[in-house]
Amino acid sequence: MRRRSEIVFLYACSTFVALLLSAIIVEAVGANWADVWNALLDGSLRKPGRWGKTLGSAVPMAMVAVGTIISTKVGLINIGQEGQMLVGAAFAAYVGAHAPGSGPVVICLIIIGGFVGGAFWSGLAGALRYWRNVPEVLTTLLLVTVAANLVGYGLKNTWLLLDPDAAFGNRALVGRQLDPDSRLPRIEIFGNNFSLSVILALLIIIFTTWVLSQTIIGFKLNVVGENRRVGQRFGISEVKQGLTAMCASGGFAGLAGAMMLASGDFAKYRLVTGFTVNLGWTGLLVALVAREKVMAIIPVALIFAGLRTGSSFLAATGVERRVTDVVQGKKSS
Amino acid sequence: MGFFEAIWDVLSTETAYTAATRFAAVLVFAAVGEWVAERSGTLNISIEAMILTGAFAGAMGYHWTENALVGIIMGMIAGLLVSLVQAQMSHRLTADQFVVGLTLNILFLGVTSFLYAEWKPSSKVVSKLEIPILKEIPLIGDALFGQPWPFLLLYLLVPFTWWLVYRTRWGLEVRAVGENPQAADVSGIDVNKRRRESIYYAGLCSGMGGAYLLLGQVGRFDDGIVAGRGFIALVAVIFGGWTLRGTILGCLLFGSVLSFRLTLPGLGYQLNSELMSSLPFLVTIIAMTAFARRVRPPGSLARPFVRGLK
Repeated sequence: MRRRSEIVFLYACSTFVALLLSAIIVEAVGANWADVWNALLDGSLRKPGRWGKTLGSAVPMAMVAVGTIISTKVGLINIGQEGQMLVGAAFAAYVGAHAPGSGPVVICLIIIGGFVGGAFWSGLAGALRYWRNVPEVLTTLLLVTVAANLVGYGLKNTWLLLDPDAAFGNRALVGRQLDPDSRLPRIEIFGNNFSLSVILALLIIIFTTWVLSQTIIGFKLNVVGENRRVGQRFGISEVKQGLTAMCASGGFAGLAGAMMLASGDFAKYRLVTGFTVNLGWTGLLVALVAREKVMAIIPVALIFAGLRTGSSFLAATGVERRVTDVVQGKKSS
Repeated sequence: MGFFEAIWDVLSTETAYTAATRFAAVLVFAAVGEWVAERSGTLNISIEAMILTGAFAGAMGYHWTENALVGIIMGMIAGLLVSLVQAQMSHRLTADQFVVGLTLNILFLGVTSFLYAEWKPSSKVVSKLEIPILKEIPLIGDALFGQPWPFLLLYLLVPFTWWLVYRTRWGLEVRAVGENPQAADVSGIDVNKRRRESIYYAGLCSGMGGAYLLLGQVGRFDDGIVAGRGFIALVAVIFGGWTLRGTILGCLLFGSVLSFRLTLPGLGYQLNSELMSSLPFLVTIIAMTAFARRVRPPGSLARPFVRGLK
């Protein structure tokens, strides 16, 4: 086991190397790295209202990462969060459009719907893993495309997701907008506003840390992940733990999708095609960088979200956002 | 009713076979390399990045020299480059191979689309090389012997790979390393070195496949050109039970499923477009569900080797 200070030092080093590499790439294409750096800071923090946006995109990443860490705990590799998110968002949109009841009830149902949707999608992969020994790495990945097509189909049919009176655009493939009272409320501080999902996400991260490190549930997951024969000895079922972790993992991704839908940072409370805008993949990277430490998700997700929101100010420099993202992910792996 | 008619129509049309082999060819290029890597114990996810980079380098090579051979060689070099990163990270620095593979996929998607926007290579599909008598075979003649010439590389690559893996010392060591790395290590084989080398081979093959995809089929580079084919190639290896025969059979199957999207509308069948585009992936999942239990993977597939007690 490395000491904590050493790990922090390594992270600092790798971040530095990543920034250096990005700077070299930026210079290589003939842009000025100082301009790029300023644009990134402007876009993610300094300009009015920007850090609220950064928080808004950090939330889905963080939720996806929480799920990823849970599945890695039992030794399963789930890399299909993008699809699980999308299915979660679709379930949430369906619930949001059809559920009766008053605002807060519907909000809860939307959130639960998202979780169930994501859990269902990853549960498929988990079930195939334990029923027929199909590697979950591949099924989760392949199901991403299937999810995208499924939601695409849903968005073409009114009885599923398509908004019956899609007033704007002609034949635009959009879901119905959530009613104003079934949206997550937004909080306004210092001219930045972000939705309640930020607080919800924080609570979930703290709760998951507690569950994983202090409770019997987390212990069982850990035992199976570390050594399943020990688990067998103690009567901990590998299948049960594995399926739980897999469903939880997809569930959190689905939750991320539902939160995106209900918090309105993306696509104005509607489900659209390509709704998840690669946040699932980024969330996966966040989890990889945070390396099984749920608490570490918070800073990492904030950095990645900063790169993401900052990159919208970079258009002029022509620097590919993914390059910077990935260099960071790469260095710390 | 209509379903069986459709199947019959597909089976009796020459163009259907041509389309199927075209789609299968890219898969075979990649899967042959992936098969070697998996025999040595690496589940190499970055195959997608290798194909994509190979395709881009192929476009650049053709853009600069107007020579498809240069394009293909550049594609191989580019594939090798990706595999170098993958191999060094996962089998020298002991980073997790899935993590490395996945990040490479995203990284090279970014790099190629960025470089494409910078350099804008122009390229086109190269000419066909038809083999005189063999081409006249009904139904499959055109599919197997009437393709753009890079296709013919397959007839060299597949037997060569078979020879390499089953008839050379290197191949024996690669298989040993995948089955039982501890035993291989004790008998003096450098386990991680063999694994790295087999990943390089995967990179070369997939790079060639990428260059073929570009110069033999698509013609113009686009960052969505690969569209999950690397993963399908990966599954074809599993589907084939880690044998070369089975792998190629798997590629043919998945290739024909991929080609349905082109052939069925061509024959006048209207099908749901979402279903059509997810069909290859659904078939892949179903095939794995049916076959994953029956086959035995290499003993230490996807398990990193670290010398010492563990």
